[in-house]
Amino acid sequence: MPGLATALDQHPGVWRGSELARSACPGVATGFAALDAELPGGGWPGGALTEILPQHEGIGELRILGPALAQLSGQGKFIAWIAPPYLPYAPALAAAGIALARVVIVKTAKDSDSLWAAEQALRTAACGGVLAWPRRISYTELRRLQLAAEAGGSLALLFRPSEAAREPTPAALRIALATAAGGLALSILKRRGAPLTRPILLPASLAPASGLSSRHDAHAVDSTTSAAAAAGSVSARLALA
Amino acid sequence: MPSPEPCAVAERQRLLVCDAKAAARGLRAGMPVSAALALAPGLRLRERETAAETEALLGIAAWAMQCTSSVALEFPDLVLLEVSGSLKLFGGLAQIEARLRQGLAAMGYSAHLAAAPTARAASWFARSGRHRLIADAALLENELRALPVSVLQCAEEEVLSSIGAGSIGDLLALPRAGLARRLGQPLLDALDQALGRLPDPRGAFVLPEKFGAAIELPAEATQTEALLFAAQRLLAQLEGFLAARAAGTRRLLLSLAHRAAPATRIELGLVAACREAAHFALLLRERLQQTALPEAVRAIALEVQAIEPLEHSNQSLFSDELQQEGNWPRLIERLRSRLGAAAVHGMALCADHRPERASARAEPGARQLALDFELRPFWLLERPQALEEMGSVPCHQGPLKLLAGPERIESGWWDGADIARDYFIARAANEALLWVYRERSPAGAWYLHGIFS
Repeated sequence: MPGLATALDQHPGVWRGSELARSACPGVATGFAALDAELPGGGWPGGALTEILPQHEGIGELRILGPALAQLSGQGKFIAWIAPPYLPYAPALAAAGIALARVVIVKTAKDSDSLWAAEQALRTAACGGVLAWPRRISYTELRRLQLAAEAGGSLALLFRPSEAAREPTPAALRIALATAAGGLALSILKRRGAPLTRPILLPASLAPASGLSSRHDAHAVDSTTSAAAAAGSVSARLALA
Repeated sequence: MPSPEPCAVAERQRLLVCDAKAAARGLRAGMPVSAALALAPGLRLRERETAAETEALLGIAAWAMQCTSSVALEFPDLVLLEVSGSLKLFGGLAQIEARLRQGLAAMGYSAHLAAAPTARAASWFARSGRHRLIADAALLENELRALPVSVLQCAEEEVLSSIGAGSIGDLLALPRAGLARRLGQPLLDALDQALGRLPDPRGAFVLPEKFGAAIELPAEATQTEALLFAAQRLLAQLEGFLAARAAGTRRLLLSLAHRAAPATRIELGLVAACREAAHFALLLRERLQQTALPEAVRAIALEVQAIEPLEHSNQSLFSDELQQEGNWPRLIERLRSRLGAAAVHGMALCADHRPERASARAEPGARQLALDFELRPFWLLERPQALEEMGSVPCHQGPLKLLAGPERIESGWWDGADIARDYFIARAANEALLWVYRERSPAGAWYLHGIFS
């Protein structure tokens, strides 16, 4: 009965186990087509918690958020950075297209303050994205943040150590990041819909640094220093940053 | 402010008013203080303070200016509002009355409200405690007739009762000439003013430039909730004052008076001008919770020095103020009230080549310079971290591989914080991309300054 199949397909409350869940809240495009295709809602889930578990820092965990944050801040929404581990650096944020006037940085002394601040920021509609770096967070606290994100409809991006992958989570999306040959491997550990077993490989050339090699040439390089890396490999690798 | 014990105010050894708890024990106004104490041994007795009453009446008048621009006072206990011009704006007499009643309750006052076509009649209805909202002049005379003569507050009350005039109606029935001869023209004028036959000019109340109000706590308090409860009354008054001026404020000064210690001063600073008492109370709650009080608080004073124009906002249908878009100042204020002003900030680019000065703190929402930099990392270390060197190769969890550089940055000789560094992009053994530099000095030490995330 083809009629029934199409009717079921159109029903908002029905989804097939083999498909991605349909999201009532459209996602914010990540800027990477390969990643968008695998995420319900076609991007970072709005009004839901996303956990990002980088293998270690410095592998591109902020870079993959750049296009989405640039889009949100371009719409006039605020991006709150709650208890970041280092100073977010304005020149890099500006280069990623993020409107600096829409950035709010919150420093906290205690984890409880960080969670409180994250919850406050999530509940307002003025905040488009909330990035938080909790040191320790329990399931109940995660649940609170998830509810706050649902109330405010904003992106809730939580950075947690890779060991957290073993713990259960109420988050809608959980992504582990690792370096792979020539790029960044994203493993979707949890998403709404069918699980994804293979990692998504984002190539190294995706950084917003296309004009880098020419810029590099324009810059004076002291050939006598120990940094005399071969020019060819430099431009290829630089795109990673 | 509710207190655990019954409470009463006395004047010249007689009770003037008492609260519900005292009334339940059989205390009545007019009762001698000694009798009252016999009935309620735990009675908290306060002497009447006329100065405080006047202060309160002025506060109410300033607050009531939000409903009309013409307010008059009749000391010691009456505020008159000319509301005929405001009926359309607020949607009728009943709406204005509800608004006033709600606001007075929020400030902690109880009042008799009445409306009538003439100021004198309205004041009589209010004094008699009869709740009347009369808009039609034709109905006024009938309603007035039923009022007792005590509303006149004249010295000849006994004379009136002796001639059998117990109500205004009785007085109106008497011949005018005889009444004027026996009791004087002022009484007759008052009756005519009440009926609208004579003009009844009143001096208009002028709104003060600054706001200042104080409240004395019935019992010394240290707990946030108790202090907030009292402060909310002041904030409700402030809201009315600001609404009357079509203004808001960014700075509130609250001082908590103690018995011996100097007053604790709490200053609330806001990102955007605001007038809503609920928002002020929210910020104040966070601040009170963090303030260490040297002693219990006896009195609270609220002061606002500077106000700025703020347009009237539409009342929201849903109460959660943070649900509305575009109210980011509210979020910042709320975060700052708990975490401190320095903990919440925005950022801005600075025209400086020195990496640590290229990014600076700024107010969120501040205007930004458009500047172009070389490739820069997302994270900057607050303090460069010294790196070990192994055979002229810098190490950070293993030897680093330099991918690009050097970018020479030599700047800042003019302010003493000059730097001379060669920056490199390096890859660590674990594939992390780092921003490192080497001092351009004979020692040439290596430092980690940023992380490309």
